[in-house]
Amino acid sequence: MAEVRALALRAAGINCDVETQFALEMAGAKADRAHVNRLIEDKGLLDRYQILVFPGGFSYGDDVAAGKILANQVVHHLADAIRKFIDDGKLVLGICNGFQVLIKMGILPGNGTFKQEEVTITNNDSGRYEDRWVYLLPQTDRCVFIEPERQVYLPVAHAEGKIVTKNAELLQQLKSDGYVAYKYVDKNGEEGPYPINPNGSTESIAALTDSTGRVLGLMPHPERFVRRTQHPHWTRLGEDLDPDGIKIFRNAVRYVRENLLESCTA
Amino acid sequence: MKQWRFEVLNRPGFSDVHGNGVLDDIHELGITSVEAVQSARVFLIEGEFEADFAQRIARELLSDPVCEQFHLGRSGAPAGLARATLIEVHLKSGVTDPVAESVMTAISDMGGGSTHVRTARKYVLLGEVRPAQLETIAKRILANDCIEDVIIGDEAEPPSPHLSPYQFELVHWTIRDLDDAGLEALSKEKDLFLNLVEMKTIQAYFRQIGREPTDVELESLAQTWSEHCVHKTLRSAVDMTVDGKPLHFDNLLKETVFKATSDLNKDWCISVFADNAGVVEFDDESAVCFKVETHNHPSALDPYGGAATGIGGVIRDPMGTGMGARPIANTDVFCFGEPDKSLDEIPKGVLHPRRIMKGVVAGVRDYGNRMGIPTVNGAIYFDDRYLGNPLVYCGNVGLMDKAKAFKHQQSGNLIVVVGGRTGRDGIHGATFSSGEMTHEHETVFSHAVQIGNAITEKKMLDVLLQANDADLYEAITDCGAGGLSSAVGEMGAKLGAEVDLETVPLKYTGLSYTEIWISEAQERMVIAVRPENLEAIQRIFDSENVQATVIGRFTNDRKLRLRYNGQQVAELDMDFLHDGVPKYSRQAIWRPRALSEPALPEKGEYNEELLGILSSYNVASKEWVIRQYDHEVQGGSVVKPLTGVANDGPSDAAVVQPKLTSPRGLALSCGMNPLYGDIDPYWMALAGIDEAIRNLICIVGRIDRIALLDNFCWGNCTKPETFGTLVRAAQACYDGAMAYGAPFISGKDSLNNEFACADGTTMSIPATLLISAMSLVDDIDKCVTMDLKRPGNLLFIVGRTNNELGGSHYYKLSGHLGANVPKLDLETAPAIAARMAEAVAGGLVVACHDCSEGGVAVALAEMAFAGGFGIEADLYAVPKSKDCTRIDAQLFSESNSRYVVEVEPSNYDAFATLMLNLPFGQLGRVKAEPRLVIRAEDGRRVIDADLDTLKQAWQRTFDW
Repeated sequence: MAEVRALALRAAGINCDVETQFALEMAGAKADRAHVNRLIEDKGLLDRYQILVFPGGFSYGDDVAAGKILANQVVHHLADAIRKFIDDGKLVLGICNGFQVLIKMGILPGNGTFKQEEVTITNNDSGRYEDRWVYLLPQTDRCVFIEPERQVYLPVAHAEGKIVTKNAELLQQLKSDGYVAYKYVDKNGEEGPYPINPNGSTESIAALTDSTGRVLGLMPHPERFVRRTQHPHWTRLGEDLDPDGIKIFRNAVRYVRENLLESCTA
Repeated sequence: MKQWRFEVLNRPGFSDVHGNGVLDDIHELGITSVEAVQSARVFLIEGEFEADFAQRIARELLSDPVCEQFHLGRSGAPAGLARATLIEVHLKSGVTDPVAESVMTAISDMGGGSTHVRTARKYVLLGEVRPAQLETIAKRILANDCIEDVIIGDEAEPPSPHLSPYQFELVHWTIRDLDDAGLEALSKEKDLFLNLVEMKTIQAYFRQIGREPTDVELESLAQTWSEHCVHKTLRSAVDMTVDGKPLHFDNLLKETVFKATSDLNKDWCISVFADNAGVVEFDDESAVCFKVETHNHPSALDPYGGAATGIGGVIRDPMGTGMGARPIANTDVFCFGEPDKSLDEIPKGVLHPRRIMKGVVAGVRDYGNRMGIPTVNGAIYFDDRYLGNPLVYCGNVGLMDKAKAFKHQQSGNLIVVVGGRTGRDGIHGATFSSGEMTHEHETVFSHAVQIGNAITEKKMLDVLLQANDADLYEAITDCGAGGLSSAVGEMGAKLGAEVDLETVPLKYTGLSYTEIWISEAQERMVIAVRPENLEAIQRIFDSENVQATVIGRFTNDRKLRLRYNGQQVAELDMDFLHDGVPKYSRQAIWRPRALSEPALPEKGEYNEELLGILSSYNVASKEWVIRQYDHEVQGGSVVKPLTGVANDGPSDAAVVQPKLTSPRGLALSCGMNPLYGDIDPYWMALAGIDEAIRNLICIVGRIDRIALLDNFCWGNCTKPETFGTLVRAAQACYDGAMAYGAPFISGKDSLNNEFACADGTTMSIPATLLISAMSLVDDIDKCVTMDLKRPGNLLFIVGRTNNELGGSHYYKLSGHLGANVPKLDLETAPAIAARMAEAVAGGLVVACHDCSEGGVAVALAEMAFAGGFGIEADLYAVPKSKDCTRIDAQLFSESNSRYVVEVEPSNYDAFATLMLNLPFGQLGRVKAEPRLVIRAEDGRRVIDADLDTLKQAWQRTFDW
């Protein structure tokens, strides 16, 4: 069977690329890391991959706004290549800073154009960076990365994670049309104030998908919970603790295997 | 070129997080008349574009289309509201502006060609503000004099960004004919911080070679000979009187801290006290290196920038160790004045401790997080003697190929400077940090503050790792204190080096050859490259937009030769530069202080005291700080700084998994007890070592692979009494390391931490020794944390409790010091640690916590609320010395070498058998009911409190 190939994008200030590559490989993909300059030089490079990940970090120091400078660079140099990548039925995942980049490029929530920014991510209500663990409840059955029934536990680590929309109609549309992928909830699946919702995000939105369900952007870090010893109190829990983060990568790899590779070879 | 001004501010309805933060800070200063603060980001852009493109820049790049609005040109004060005051804060010319650099790149990506960008912040204060209040707000909250200019009102223009070009002129400083007074005056006038003996040594050298020195030659010597770079005090000969008896050291450090390392001679120590960080074996393929540095003086002037460059600088130490390591963990320990001081208690020239703390935490956070290195371990210590001299210790651990632990530069190698450009920032940092702070430092030494840009360092790290993998360079070191002067000087010490200073890439024009040579601009490293590898390595750097520039080459004549546009500006013998510093002989005196125990009444119960200690600044939860650090990036976090059922209990040590494919872990911890040093620094140092080691043992760190680091922060050691306390602590380092078989592998000192107040008095910090420790964890799956795991389990205490409340937090509550400082038993301590290590590794223990500040009472409280289970404990089971009869001593004594351990009933026999012949006792049981109950021997409840009350006391202090 052909290999599932994944690419973790690097750029100045991206710093979760190594563990993201590790998580992708753990999930069964053959994963590489490449600097954005290589993609700009060789636009065909993306053709070799079925999964593209924008990892977390502080691209260009989050200068101006989180993800903004890298988004600007990608929009002006790689817009067509990435559009084609998605149109080809392939998968794009943005984690934390990568999610911020996808939003600021306009790929998410993605109404078909790049520059239509009607949803944004801004400063946490707390006004500061925070690293803490959160529960997430799926809100859509369209997104190929997530299991609709499975509540997950993952860490967030950011200063700008509050999702806001330009107006109430857009928010309604996001919810009713299945663009909201995860909400922040408590252990029992209920929405609540800080710190349950760690950044004050509108209606506790933690993650968004697009109309295809093949693009996911999320503030929490799935690559930081792929082994049980990454859980913040694993020493209290059993050996059978099932890491939630790895599921997101496995789902992506399985989707590619079932929908892209088999159809290619058929 | 046209100049455009853009202002970006929040749309109504979206909260102005930055403005609100400023408003809170203003109210904290006691200025209540300010009703609101609006903040805006300002961009001043010069470029060849027209209004429609300016609109695009504002809309697409600078502002957020949902939350923000923009204004082209200058916006006035909002109409119809309260009285408004406009303030703009601009960076002084020459100060690094990372946002501006990113904006220039982005405009070029948009097709806007090349531009010049500056950024500023604008604030509109609404409400009545008197001019004096405005000055306070500007100075204390909005801007830092060292790096920023404040413009009030909407008429004034920002400072010109343009600097005049440098006109070369070779400068000689004549010294050959100066008398002693003249030499001292020259040293002072030029901020060389060289003393008379050193100036005379230099004078003799130049008399001998028959010419006057150039300015850059004297500056190079001053940098290289600074206390910061050569640690001349710790390496000096010492004549000491201990309680009247004489004692002599030829070289203090060699006969104490180093001696333990060489006497122990561990085969797993690969490179110790030799390189930028100490290197020890990690596994068959890899080594780890660890370095802790201080950045005290810069953090006092500019807490944010000083701390950021502190962490940025120490990260470059492992990056510059051997052939370069990959940074895998940060540590940080801070000492501040207590944050509740009123403004009139703060000496002139000193920032408020709360501002210092917030700035330092933000600086470490922003730099460490951007570098993608988890900050996993640390501590914060409060004492008002740190008001004028806050201490900022930053540590970094790196992972490297074991076979690449050494450098091998050769004659003919090219000297290549990589990373950031050189600017006027950080001039005289090394010499400045070696002297005493005064109330005038704020203005006089603003140029010593360095400005950091983490992304420049991250980019440099990314390409250096690739170049290292490809074996494309022969040696690497960082540009730290002393800048190129130190980096090239050290790397070429045994070879010789020549450098063409005009080739060094600059941030802006106007730097003299001397400024280029001694600038401490951040994010630069020096590598030695064979000429045949230059092209290949250049390609790697170019591919990720990192600058690498050949500035000279290593020679074979042991001379340091500097040129500027072909004209020689310096020629010094490397031997004189590195070995010419006079050897000192210092006097030290140690006399035990006449102290006594306070007469405190005995009480029926001690709930109030326990709550008081839990909420005291030193013991209280530091969650507010810890959560601002990314402690999970790189994916290797195993034991996080916070643990327990609600992820908020205090872990003893941190464990990271450096290689995601291997179960081996690395444990990191620290120990520090300045209050004990007020009684006797010898016992303080031993307590620090014991605490750091206990912390490692608790989480399953190996006892046979413990490596220690020492960081001495002291007052003025030219005073024999002060130096005597340092000698005592150094002696303890030897004794402690030998007892535990734990070598020191790296260390650093920061002396002269004194502050000369405007009224002529001097404030000295307490003797402060930070012990950092690391060890291996064979299997991370076996890690144990401190939170209670299950009701019904048994609680043991291991180690003897002595009548040792001297320097305790219990005494501190009532303002006493006491006399009975905890004294480490050098024979029992390692035996207990070894047996405990065996118990933890053998799976006999489900929770383990060390007793430190606040004694057994605090340890039990922390274990209970971290696990969410109660405890019933009896003090009669505590092994104690005969004189430890008082209940308060039994509860709060801070005796060393004690561990509280949770054991499942089925392991009772195995655990008790293992502890046989050691002082230990069955303290009690874990209970489902969330209460901590501790009974005295007569059965009376001396502590009885519910866990919520205890936890709230512990958490509310820093609920900021």
